[in-house]
This record gives sequence, C-alpha cells and structure tokens, in this order.
Amino acid sequence: MDLDALAGCLASSACLVTQTTSGLIIGMLLFLVAVGLTLIFGVLKVVNFSHGAFYMFGAYFAMTAYQLTGSFALAMLAGAAGTAILGLIFERVFMSRVYGADVLMQLLVCYAFVLIFDDVVRIIWGPEFKSMGMPSAFQVMPLFIAGGVVPPYYLLLIGVALLAAVVLGIGLSRSRIGKVIRAAAHNPGMVSALGINTGLIYGGVFALGGMLAGLAGALAAPVRSLTPGMGFSVLIESFIVTVIGGMGSILGALIGALLLGLIRSFGSLGFPLFTEGLMYLFMVIVLVSKPTGLFGREAA
Amino acid sequence: MTELEAGRAETLAPVRSGAVLRRYRDVLIALIALAVLASLPLFTGSKALLDFVIRCSAYGLFATSLNLLVGYTGLTSFGHGMFFGLGAYSFGLIMQKLGVPIPVAFVATLAITAIVSAIIGAICVRLKEIYFAFVTLAFQMLIHSTILSWASFTGGDQGLRGGIPRPPFLGIDLANHVHLYVASCALLILGLLAMRQIAQSPFGYTLRMIRDNAARASFLGIDVWRAKLTVFVLAALFASMGGMVMALFVSGAYPEFAYWTISGEGIFINMLGGVSTFLGPMVGTVLLLLLNDTVTRFTEYHGIVLGVVILFFALGLRKGLLDFAAEWFAQRRDAGEGR
Repeated sequence: MDLDALAGCLASSACLVTQTTSGLIIGMLLFLVAVGLTLIFGVLKVVNFSHGAFYMFGAYFAMTAYQLTGSFALAMLAGAAGTAILGLIFERVFMSRVYGADVLMQLLVCYAFVLIFDDVVRIIWGPEFKSMGMPSAFQVMPLFIAGGVVPPYYLLLIGVALLAAVVLGIGLSRSRIGKVIRAAAHNPGMVSALGINTGLIYGGVFALGGMLAGLAGALAAPVRSLTPGMGFSVLIESFIVTVIGGMGSILGALIGALLLGLIRSFGSLGFPLFTEGLMYLFMVIVLVSKPTGLFGREAA
Repeated sequence: MTELEAGRAETLAPVRSGAVLRRYRDVLIALIALAVLASLPLFTGSKALLDFVIRCSAYGLFATSLNLLVGYTGLTSFGHGMFFGLGAYSFGLIMQKLGVPIPVAFVATLAITAIVSAIIGAICVRLKEIYFAFVTLAFQMLIHSTILSWASFTGGDQGLRGGIPRPPFLGIDLANHVHLYVASCALLILGLLAMRQIAQSPFGYTLRMIRDNAARASFLGIDVWRAKLTVFVLAALFASMGGMVMALFVSGAYPEFAYWTISGEGIFINMLGGVSTFLGPMVGTVLLLLLNDTVTRFTEYHGIVLGVVILFFALGLRKGLLDFAAEWFAQRRDAGEGR
C-alpha cells in the first residue's frame, strides 16, 4: 500500500488532471465494449462471453488497414465495419442456434470461439506483441491543462466514445428502429407477430455490439500493444462494468465504466499491487447492496 | 397407529431397503474401482499414466463437487475454482510454515475452507442465477488478486516455491510416487463416494427440489438459504481436497490454481461429461485431460481444435457425453420393450 502517493497526487492539480484523463480513457474504452455487451444481453438475453474477441479483431483490423492505407480514418472504419460483419455472421450462423438452450450451452459456444478466435489471430498476425503506432496527425505537442499532460489523441478518444454514447442513447429512445429494438427486448413474440423480422433485429443488435467493441479496439490500437488474447482482460472488466451498472442499462454502463476507470487509475497509485482486487471488491460491494446493479431494473 | 400411518409404513419399507441396497452397490463399485486403480502400478511402470490418473483425481474431485452446485442445486458458480486454489495454498503454506504431519494439515485446510466458504457462501447464495455467477466470479478474482499482491506470504506471481515437505506418516510416504498415486486414488474414490451419498440422501433430493422449484420448496418449510449454503460449503470442501491433491502432485501452489480459468474448465468439464449423471463430470475430466494432452502434442494451435470439439458438443450433441449415452440407452430400451 502506498497511501502517501495517493494523498500526494490528490493534493497536486497536475497529477490530478493526468490521472483523471488516464482514468477517463480506460473508462471510455471499457464503456464502448461494455455497452455492446449490455445491449446484446438486454435484447438477446445472451451473455456474450466472446465479446473480447471483437475488441481484439477491431484492433488488428485497424492496424492492418493503417499499414495498408496510412489513413487513420480508414483504420477506424475498418475496425468498426469488419467487426460488425463478423458479429452478424457469428450471430446468424452460431449464436442463433442456442437461444432457447441452457445458459451454460451459450457460454460454451462463446468459450469455444474465444479459443478459436485467439488462435486465428495467432495464425494470421503471429503470436508476438504488435504495435500500430501513433498516427502522424496526433504526433503533436501534448496539451497542458492545469499543469497536467494530456495528449490530444486522448481527447479524440474520449470525444468519439461520448459521441457513441449520445447517439446510442438518443437512437434507442427516439428513433423508430430504437423503439423496435426495445420492443423486441421486451416481447419478441409480439414484435414478430406484428410482422417485424426479429431475426434481423437480433443479428443487427449483435452486429452493433460487435461494432462498438471493434471501434474500442481500433481506438485503443495506437495506445496499447496488440496481442492474441488481449480481449480477455477487457472482457472481464467490461463484465464488471455491466454488473456494476446494471445489465441492460446504457447509462449504467457509462457510469460503471467511468467509475472503474477512475478506480484503476487512482488505485494504481494507492494500491499498486491490489488495483485489480479493488475493482472486484467494488463489484462485490455493489452486488451485495444492490444485486441488480446501480441502474438495473428489478428482473421481471 | 392409524390406518393411514400403517399404510405409509408399508410403502416406505421397500423404498428404504432399496436405498440401502443401492448404497451397498455404490460402496461395492467404489471398492472395485479403488482395487483396480491401486493395482495399476503392478502392471505398468509408466510414470506418465500414473501422473495422468493423479491429475484426473485432482480435477475429478473438483469437477464433481462443482456438479453438486450446478447439476443438483442449479447454482451456476463461476468461482468454484477459488476453493481449489484455497485448498492448494492453505495446505502448502501449513506444510511449509508449520511443519505439521500431513493429516493434520489436511484437516486444518478443510477447516479453513469451511470457514471461508461459509462466509463467502452466506453472501453469494442470496443472489440468483447470473448474479450468483458473477459474485462468485468476483470473489474468485478477489482471492486471486490477494494471492498475487500478498507476495511476502504467498510468493506472489511466482507461486509457492521451494517444494512442499512431505514427511511420511503411518507408513505412507507421499514423496514416493507410487504411494502418492495410491493416496490420490483413495482420496478420489472416498470423495466420490461421499458426494454420491450426499446426492442420494434426502438432503440431495431437497437440493433437486430447490433446483426445480425453489418457491415450492420454501412453501414446504425448507430453509432454502440454509440448504444452499450447506451444499456450497460441502462442495467447497471437496474442491479444496482436489486442490490439496494437486498441491501434493506438483509440490507447490501457483496463482493459476485460483484463477477464474480453473472455474471455467470446471464448468466445461461438467458440460463435456454431462450434469444429469453423477459420474458425468468424472468422464468429462478424463476427456478434457486426454484432449489437452494429445492436442498439445500434435499442434501448437490447440485452441482451434479444442474449440471445434466444444462446438461439436454444444451444437451437435447439445448435452454432455454421459448424458447423451444414458439417453441413447434409455431410448433403445424403450424401443425394445415396445416391440
């Protein structure tokens, strides 16, 4: 434990700004992954255990596209679109077969794909650590806010994630498609009887969830190293986020992800070895005091 | 005695003698299995085979105890591996730091496991389904993080090194490979027999009722919370036994023993073998270990092979191997009787 370091940081504005931004980018990346997870769970009632693989593929797709074209925008697009297509195929061909089955069966199918996808990445891109490198457009002087260092790329990352949160939130509550999706989550039989293709909705939601995770991976590619299996720690953390925030709640995912990001960045100062433990402890406390999560509704 | 009670006594009597018969049959099967396993070293000198059986004992105890929760009570624990790790670490630490005889350390570890699992269980079993799964997972990771961060006591990410002392007791020398093998088999068989007794006891049938309809069990006056907590602690004890066998085998304890993947493998083993038969998890254990060993020998991409096999079970058979076989036999028998 190193509480002096934590207290020292809280007293200095420079350190406060630096740690908060690093907490925010961890949180925002987690949010993008977790919101896909929570969306898929809310509509399809499936816990997508292979969600981390989409994050991984997003990062690798972005890296390859960036190396081929040299365009950062195209890299982001490749990460998001590639994983969306992957998600659609995965849902239509495999996941749709186990909807009625036991939860354990669904987990097992996902577990199988975690193993398969990791090896596919190992075959295509090799087992060693890869790095995409910071795009030249962002290789500029970092900003100094109240003495703290903030790289401009961090601001872009936070901005894109916030934009995604707002678009999702408004899209789901206001647009026609959003209403249909919420209706399908509530009562798929009735929606289907009204002449709407629920299979398409399910595939679309899964693709959307995969796309958000892929976008997170693409955004993370310049700042993190790429390795097969990189999706796993992200998956576990985004599970914690959805559980803390409440399964199926977008606002919950946002708040949960930000809380977890801040716990990680400040916890690494005060409890360098027990940072992970802090997250799990927080999850236990939330679950014990409010089993449905901070923003979860009571299960029907 | 009223007529009603007299009638009931008559119908109960044959059932009870049937249960006693079945118990004798189970004991007999266990004794034969133990005799066969224990005589194996007489026929083969293969160290690899004996090692394989020891690993099967450790994982088998763990997986079967998980089935008490998953298959019998309907409690899907994602964190059962924490007790496997706890058993391995407690046993290793007691042997290293205190130097007591092995049976004392064994009992002490079970006592520690009982206390820890009672505390964790009291919190967890209030929750249902997916939330139960996640809290158990969180506790598992909490224990894993504690092991990693408390490096001065547990050795951190290096694990418990320097070997676990294995002083002989009662003429049993666990440093001797054959002795260790026979002891592991005996623990496995005893553990399986005990779990079988639990599963077939009235308490075991109470658990099935809770799985099928907890509300009705509650109406009938059963304290559901207490029954769930009891089976949670019992299952933890057997998982801890598995962990101790593993610690004795590798002469150490590693953080991976407490990592969530152990719990994942346990669930996977259960699905592979089948959860509706008592020996399903045991079959699953042998299958998974065989699969792991052979696949890693032939290809470095064993994830793909393992994944495809899992898909075959999940999408093709849609149930574990022993469940599938049991249903197939039942169908054949029905077809035979129909003719």
